[in-house]
This record gives sequence, C-alpha cells and structure tokens, in this order.
Amino acid sequence: MNQVSIEDRKNTYEKNSKKIIKRVIICAGTGCVANGALGVYKEFLKEIKKSGQQVVVSLEAEAEGYLVSQSGCQRFCQKGPLVTIFPERIVYCLVKNEDVAEIVEKSLVSNDVVNRLLYKKPGYGTACRTIDDIPFYNRQYRLLLEQCGYIDPEDINEYIACGGYEAAQKACTKLTDLEICRLIQDSGLRGRGGAGFPTGEKWNIARIQFAGRKYIICNGDEGDPGAFIDRSIMEGNPHSVIEGMIIAAKAVGADYGIIYVRKVYSLAVKRTRKAVLDAAEAGILGKNIFGSNINFTIIVVEGAGAFVCGEETALIATIEGKRGMPQPKPPFPVQEGLFGKPTVINNAETLSFIPVIFKIGAEAFRNIGTVSSSGTISFGLTGHVANTGLIEVPFGTTLRHIVNEIAGGVVADDGTVCGINFKAVQIGGPSGGCLTQEHLDLPIDYDSLKEVGAMVGSGGLVVLNKSTCMVEIAQFFMRFARKESCGKCVVCREGTIQMLALLTDIVEGRANLKTLDLLEELANIVQVGSLCGLGKTAPNPVLSTLRYFRDEYIEHVVNKRCPAGKCAALQIGA
Amino acid sequence: MSKRKMLMVDHIPVPIGDERNLLEVIRKANIELPTFCYHSEMSIYGACRLCLVEIEGRGLQPACSTLPEEGLVISTNTQQIRAMRRMILELMLANHQGDCPTCVKGGDCQLQQLAHRMGVAKIRFSRVKERLRIDASSPAIIHDPNKCILCGDCVRTCNEIQGVGAIDFAYSGSEFAVAPCFGKNMAQGECVACGQCSLVCPTGALYARPSINEVWAALHDPAKTVVAQIDPAVRIALGEDFNLAAGTIATGQIVSALRRMGFDFVYDTAFAADLMTIELGEEFLERLEKGERLPIITSCCPAWVTFAEQHYPEYLDNLSTCRSPHQMLGALVKNKVTPAKGVKPEDIVVVSIMPCIAKKGEVLRPEFSTGYGRDVDYVLTTLGLSLMIKEAGLNFNQLGQDSFDMPFGFITGAGVIHGNSGGVTEAVARYVSEKVSEKRSDYYVYSNMRNGAELREIKVTLGKNKLNLAVASGLGSVKKLIKKMKKGQAHYDFIEVKACPGGCINGGGQPPGKEKNIKAKRSAGLYDNDKMLQLHKSRENPYIADLYERFLEKPGSQIARKLLHTHYQSKKRVYFDMNNLARQESKQAKLELSICFGTSCLVKGAQGIYSGINQYLNENKSLDKVQINTTFCYEKCSRGPVIRIGEEVIEACTLEIALEEIGRQLK
Repeated sequence: MNQVSIEDRKNTYEKNSKKIIKRVIICAGTGCVANGALGVYKEFLKEIKKSGQQVVVSLEAEAEGYLVSQSGCQRFCQKGPLVTIFPERIVYCLVKNEDVAEIVEKSLVSNDVVNRLLYKKPGYGTACRTIDDIPFYNRQYRLLLEQCGYIDPEDINEYIACGGYEAAQKACTKLTDLEICRLIQDSGLRGRGGAGFPTGEKWNIARIQFAGRKYIICNGDEGDPGAFIDRSIMEGNPHSVIEGMIIAAKAVGADYGIIYVRKVYSLAVKRTRKAVLDAAEAGILGKNIFGSNINFTIIVVEGAGAFVCGEETALIATIEGKRGMPQPKPPFPVQEGLFGKPTVINNAETLSFIPVIFKIGAEAFRNIGTVSSSGTISFGLTGHVANTGLIEVPFGTTLRHIVNEIAGGVVADDGTVCGINFKAVQIGGPSGGCLTQEHLDLPIDYDSLKEVGAMVGSGGLVVLNKSTCMVEIAQFFMRFARKESCGKCVVCREGTIQMLALLTDIVEGRANLKTLDLLEELANIVQVGSLCGLGKTAPNPVLSTLRYFRDEYIEHVVNKRCPAGKCAALQIGA
Repeated sequence: MSKRKMLMVDHIPVPIGDERNLLEVIRKANIELPTFCYHSEMSIYGACRLCLVEIEGRGLQPACSTLPEEGLVISTNTQQIRAMRRMILELMLANHQGDCPTCVKGGDCQLQQLAHRMGVAKIRFSRVKERLRIDASSPAIIHDPNKCILCGDCVRTCNEIQGVGAIDFAYSGSEFAVAPCFGKNMAQGECVACGQCSLVCPTGALYARPSINEVWAALHDPAKTVVAQIDPAVRIALGEDFNLAAGTIATGQIVSALRRMGFDFVYDTAFAADLMTIELGEEFLERLEKGERLPIITSCCPAWVTFAEQHYPEYLDNLSTCRSPHQMLGALVKNKVTPAKGVKPEDIVVVSIMPCIAKKGEVLRPEFSTGYGRDVDYVLTTLGLSLMIKEAGLNFNQLGQDSFDMPFGFITGAGVIHGNSGGVTEAVARYVSEKVSEKRSDYYVYSNMRNGAELREIKVTLGKNKLNLAVASGLGSVKKLIKKMKKGQAHYDFIEVKACPGGCINGGGQPPGKEKNIKAKRSAGLYDNDKMLQLHKSRENPYIADLYERFLEKPGSQIARKLLHTHYQSKKRVYFDMNNLARQESKQAKLELSICFGTSCLVKGAQGIYSGINQYLNENKSLDKVQINTTFCYEKCSRGPVIRIGEEVIEACTLEIALEEIGRQLK
C-alpha cells in the first residue's frame, strides 16, 4: 500500500497553510451547533466571497485566502456560538448569522474588532478582546483541551500537523510494551472515569496476561447529567483518543479496539467514525502500523444510553449482545473481559491524555497537579455562576478559584453576581457529593474529595446558591439513581427506591427525626453493599448533604420548614 | 506432603480444597451463609448481597464471587454484617406481597425463613411498588411477580441449565422484572413447562398451577369413581416433605393415604411404564429392522415433546409414538378396562400424581381424549399430594403400608426405574436384548449405564448389531446432543430424553430438595426399589401379558395404536403459513404471496416492496389474481427482505426481483 508518512503529511500541511491570511474558527461543539453555529459557518463562506476575498475550507492543496474551519468545543458553551479569529485570537460570543458580515468586514478585511460581540466582564462591563483576556479562559490550565477548540476534528492532517500520532509512532517503533507501561506509571496518570485507578498499572496487569486476543475499549458512555468532557473530546479531538488507544494496544498487546459511544452523542459518533476511517486510510490503523509488527483495528459501537452501561462490566455485556448489567468482580476486565479475554477499559479523557504525556514527558506531567493526582482535570461547570462551560484545571486547584475566578462568581436567582450567595458545590455528578463553604479552599484531587464524601466522578460541577434546598438536591439525584439502577442487586434497586421515598417524605412534611436515622443507615448500607460502582456511589448526594447540611434536614422534619423556601409542601399556608 | 492451604473463618482455620469460591469454603466450616442467588450448578450472579463477609484488609466482599486465597481472615458475623442482612431482608420484604398464610410457599419460603432466622422484627420501609398482574395464562405454571425477589435463579435455570430462555429480565430500576419476551405471557412464550424455575424459586413467585380443589371436589362427588395413579418418582420424594430422608421409598404409605382420602382405585404408573417399555422396544426393533426413522427418541417427557415441537420439528418423525405412561394408563382405564363392573367410563375421574408440571399441560392436548373426556382428568404434583395429605390431617409416617389395586398395580423393576434419567434406556435394553437373543439374561447387566451424568453415550451389542445409545437429561444437554448430531459428529440409534436434569426424580413438581446430592439419593432410591421387587423385566409382568392376551392383542396392534400411541405437530413459531399479520382475501387468487414485515425486513425496505407490488398489480388490473399476506418475522433477518411468492422463497428481495417472479408465476 502506498502510505504517506506522517512527516510528509505534516510538511504538506504546513506548506499549504503558509498563504493563509487569517483563520476563522467556528465552534461546532454540540452546544454551539444547537445555537446555530453551522448556519454561522455557512454565512462566513458566503460573506467572505461576497467581500471579494478567497475562502479556503481545506488545506488539502496550497491556497491563498481566509481559512474558515469548524472546531470541537471551545468550552465557553454559555456564550455560544463562539467564533475565534486567528492569529489575533479574538473571540466573538453569541454570534448570529446577521453578525457575520460585520465581522468579515471589520476583523478579516481590516484589522478592527466588532466591539458589541466581545465578551464583557460581568459587573465591570470591560470588553475582552482576545481569548487571553477572558478570565474564564485565562484562569484555566489548558493541557488536554488545548487542541480541542482549535483544530478541525474532521481533518486528520491538521491533527498530524499539530504533532499528532508522533507519540503513537514512537510507541510502535521505538518503545517496548514494558517501557510504555512504565512511562504511564511514572506519569501518575489516574483513570478519569471516576474511580481514579492508576492507568499504567491497569495496562501492566493486562500486559502480563496470557491470551490469544486482548481488547482495548474506550469508554465514551458518559451518562452523568452535567458531565460532557468525554463527549467534547470525542467531538473536538477524536484522533487523540485513537492515538491513546494505539499506544495502549502496543502496551498491552491488543489487536482490537472498540470505541463505545453513547448513541445520543450523535456528533461524537459521527466524528469518531470519520476519524477511525481516516486513520485507517492513512495506515495509522490496520496492519503493521508505522511499519512495525503492530496490528490494531478499531470499531465504533453505539451504546443505547443507560447510565449503568458506563460501568465496565455492564458495558462489556452490551457489546457482547447481552443485557447491560454489571457482573461481580473479580474477575476484573483486565483478567477476563470482553468475550472472556483480557480487556483494558479507559475512558475517552484518560486515553487522550496519553499522547499529551508522550509529548511533555512523564515527569512534567507529574509536576502538574498534586502528589497523589497528577495532571489536569476537566469539569463541566454549571449552576448558579456567571460563566458556565467546560473547564480544565490542574489537580490541587481550589473550589474558590473555580467558583470565583473561572466561573466569575455565584449569581443569585435573578442573575446578579453576589459573592455571599454561595451555598454549595455538587461535584462528581449524581454519584458525587455536596461540598460547602468550608471546602472552598480544599485543593481538589481524587483523595481529598473522597475524604470529604465527594468524588471527581465523571467531572460534573454544579455551583448552588443560597436559594437551593439541599434536601431537594439529594432528592433530584436520587430520582436519577433510582431510574438508572439496572435493578440487578437488591441493595441498589430497593435501596434507591426507599431512599427516594424517604427523601420525598422529608420534603413533603411526612417525616420525623427517625426518618433521618433510617435514611442514613440505609444510605450507608447501599454504599458498602452494592454490586457495582453505580450503587456504591448512589447514596453520596444523600450522605454528603446529611453530613454538611444536617440542620437543613432537621429543620424540614422538626419544624416542617424549608430554609430555602423551596419545598412547596412546607411553605407557610400550604 | 505439601502443607494444605488454609484460611481463617471466624477464628477457625479452614482448609481450602477445590471450592470455586469463598462461600463454599465457609459452608464447609459449617456456617450456613444466607444467600438467595447462589447455586452451585449455575453461573455466579452476585445480586442478593446476603453472603457479604468481612475480609481483613478488603472490607465487605460477597463470598459467592470471591476466590478462596490462602491466609484470608474472614468474619461472617459482625455488627455491620448483621445490620446489613436485616436491612436487605427488610428492603426485600417492603415490596414483597406478604400474604404468607395463604401463599403456596407459606412455611416453606426461603424469604420467610431467612427473615425469621435473621431476626427481622419490623419493616421500617413502606410499600412503594404497585401490584402487578399475576400471569396465570399457562396451564402448568403460574407467575406471581408480586412475590418475586428478583434473585434471578429462575432466569439462569431456564437459560443456562435448560437452554430454553422462556423468561429473562426486563426493564430496569424499580421496574426491573422477570418476564417472558416482548411482554407476552407464559402461555405465548417459549416455556415448555418443565417447572425447573419453580424448583429454584425461593418464594412463591413461580409455582405449579394447583389442581387440589378439583381433585377434592371429585373425591367428594358420590357419582364419581376416582382413580389415582402414582408415578415412580413420587414414591422416593414425597417422604421428604414428611421429614423422611431423600430416597426413602414410601409407596405403601402413599397408597394408604390415597385410600383414606377417598380414592376408589389406586394404580401404579410403573405398570404403564412396563407397558411402554414393550411398546417402545417393539417400535425400536421394527425401526432397526427397516432402518428408518432412527435414532428413535423417547417421548415420555411432555416438556421434551413440546420443546421438540417448538424447536426441532425435523426430528418429530424420530420421536417414538408412545404416549407417556400415565396417558397410556388413563386411556386404558377410560376405555373398556374399567376398574369394576358397573362403573360407567363417563363417571371415572383419573388423577395422575406426578413429579412433573408439564403433564398439567399435556392432559389438555386434544390427542389425549380418546373416549370420555380427557384420558387423564387431573394432574397432581408430588407437592400437591403432600398438601392434600396434610390438609386431610393424615399422620403420614404412621400410616400402614397398603398395596395397589389390580390389574394396574403389579409392576416390575423396569417400570420403576423409568423415573431416573437412563432408566427408560435400561428397561428397554433389558427387553430388547432378551427379545433378540431369545435368551434370559441378568437384569443388572445394563447397570453400567448408571453414572448420573446428564449426557451419556452407551454402546451395546444387540444380536449382530452394535448400537449407540444416548441418554440426555436437562434440555440444555439435549440441545448439545442434537447439535452434535446435526454436525454429523455423532450417530445414535436410540436416545432417551428427559427435560429435567437427572430425570423425573428431579421433576418440577417434586419437593425442592433440602439435602445435598438430592438427585443421587433419589435416584438410588429407585434403583433400590428395582432390587427389592420380584421381577425386573417388563415382559415378565404377568398382568401385562394378560392385558395383551385379553385386550390389546399385541404391541402396535390397532387398538394399542389408538390407546397407547400418539402423534405430534410442529409448533415452530416461524413458518411461512403461520403468523399472518394481514390478509387480502381474494377468491380468484391464483398466486399467494407473503411479505415479512418483521422489524429487520421492514427497515430493509419490505414496505416499499409491498406498496410497489400493490401498485404494479393495480396498474395491470390483476389485483384479484394475487393474494398478498404480510407476516411476522421469518427469522432470516440477516438475509431480508424475505418474500415468498407461490412456493418460491426469495431472500434479499428487491421490487424488481419480486415483480419479475410474480410476472413469471402469473403467466
């Protein structure tokens, strides 16, 4: 087969981009697409032509003019559709079709800005001209998501031009399986799926298994409400996931990979599919990758969307065509996984960290973050804050930094920023916990969060203001857990049903202090007694709110009063 | 000698043997760890969470899915574990329909027993789930989801051991349920009524449809003559319900109990088993001689017959035409061989007491009504009889030994061993070997067939022929055997099939065994019974000889064929003439056409072909010449759309191909 080497692809790309005058990047993440980003993209093509300039949409060949491209999530979803102009790094927020002509005229043809579309700091009203002026961006640490909002996710050559697949090439041709495992072990990378198991160790266990066939599975079944990191990566930089899988495959000796994507993530499905095809066409997947003796094939499997199928044994069961229910462990998937063969399951975020570690080195990676948790972590930031979107921070960052600096402060129900309004942070999705004022200066990592009853989980981070009823929050997440419990084990199935019933009793004024004791006893038993991670973490919202907001519960059951004034049944006159 | 590996259970060192998990090691230490979902024959499910134990350094772990390792320090009884067990039982009981006094499983329910054992004094949770409909559609098995604790034992039995897959889990979360496929009921699904699910069900969620009231009503009706017949496997298992050891032969007490309850005549189904041995033996010899319809496959198990009709219609010709023994006896009693002078056949009620649930469905088959109503009116399970004895207040263990009524009460050992898997083969071997060699042989020469395995192959020499016999019990094993045959890896002349693993002794209507190795003990009971009897070969049964002489003429005679034999029909779900969804009736139709509208074919374009054909016929004014049916799935999904035009079945059909074929056939 006549394959073009990645060096050649990189050179061609660089040569072809030399005559590009400016580049317009329209965010085509799910949030921006929903707000009309694709229309904005077309409008740019039209308007640039109208102004008599050349439009370039692809760097396949050398061309002169303005490059208009789409990218994955630029993360400031609240302000989408987002448009960035390079090289100036100007960011335009909430861009509509009718704004495009003005942008073309001012920012492309001349070197001006459209002031009204710039981001304005809340409270101050100062306009931020470039991406580096916006606090939401400049207070973050961009390691993993650097490329995500920049490169065209559907163009493999751009990924290669940005240094992509160099790590995979090195892994396949220069390193041994043991060296790769050591490297990842040294980096201290821990699984971003929730449990935080050391990735290098997982690979090493899989590496030493004797089996005719091994599998690498990329878990992209992110199902937590409020978490969209894996989705953003698969949409915005699918090749980084594939590259991580190739390296994993070499490290453990696998020849078959599966990217398991939630079906409703239609854009992620489409882009990972395309990325897999493009990589195969480029000879990066398939037989004798990079001229080595490594063979690796990837297929994309769509998950039907049950929360429990993010659990690895349940996920494997569905790929095998069985009902998505967890199996008791051991045996662990690295011992007996898909079709009984050793299987490494990493989530998409973890896998896309692999090329980053190759690029910056294990030590540099370990130097970011805390002792026990190295590197950065991404959160889906939502709730009662000024700025919402996808953020990336090093481990060890405090909640105060996230809430006040990146998120721009807590807002009241009417939308005004008001610092004293902070009440709690719900972290880690429905399996996570609620933290309070006293945790604002806690450096966040896997272990510190676990200690205070929360978890990194899948990276949901919801900031709550004072008008939130914590019992209602616990009830909300319990409703989710009850619905998403697969039903297999008694403790989780019946436990979530009864916890929800007890919480409902509390918010509807039918409870007493004994109810709280029973709720706590039950929550503790569900936590230790459940079969899988879903059940083990389902009581976290209850236990953490009971721990930090017990007064609020007591107020509900003793004085039949909801301090936040949210519980309808407990309002005066009700 | 190497030191044995040990672990500590509650401060006591316990050696690790070949146990596959911690639970078995702990049980070896004489600690009865509670569990609902662990069964040694099935896969580990790990869902009831009752076997959680504390392992030093690892916290709480389920014993059923933890490997025994040297040096583990295990506690099975801590404050936390006790609290957890109680809480789990409370959670189960909160939504369990607790009508224990009126439940079929009352007193014998594992949930009830464990709740009692674990000291659950109060249920602090409220009932949240709504009552669900009881599925009483099947003539044999009743499914009450309100009693179900979702341990999944039935699902795994049906799938893993029986290979039937009639039930599985459906829905999730609080709606999680055990159900037949596609929201159908038990009667519509794949269930063959073997009843193995009801044997493992710890509560009263799956149970045999009771016939006790009907039987009492018949007994109390002075106009009726009520005849009982007892299956061989009942006599060695009923005693278990009265604290006798498994395998204890209680024939005499059973007959005595039946008489005292008011049965007018008590017969032994083993007599009919002797009769079947001869009919089947003769049928086998005839097929061997002609070299046709081999292997002959036994037909005495109704669950197997249903299974064959549903899944293996291509083997229906191979099935022996013999009825199951109790149907033979029922037909004889209702047709001319009335028990006493002056009893009118229409007044006779035949009650079969069986280890089997499938027979409750079998009696309803139209083939089994030869004279006056059904040949067998009611089927009581072993458990059903036990309940009647208890209701009547009979002190079973103190009852004297009574004997059967003649002529259908005289049996040989060959008839008795029919209850074991392999018993029919042995009985037939005893018969045909003497028939062919015309020499007497010792009855126990074929006892080497008995090894308890669910799948057995036996080679015997019969005259000049070397024959391959096979014995399979448990439908999962049967499937394996047939697969082997279809692949051409094995050839058999005779196959004995029992749907329940181990044979009728482990039938779905038996008491759920509490002792270890229950199958082996019951099986040994029957073989012991064989030894104790005077005669061991069916042809030596003098009453059978007399029956042929006076009434049946000879094996396979016209009258024997009417009363002792039957026929089968394919019940395969998917057939081209079945499952029509819609029919366009057309009287002048020359051509019949069926289009699969199953999901797969539909998405592959069946709808377009359907409307295309309609349009074409309309334009050509030949709509009345063709009758178009749309059907449900043909199970050829990967090769759809599937269309049958006339006799021609077209796979991967397009409109063009269809129109061409229609044009060709209409010419």
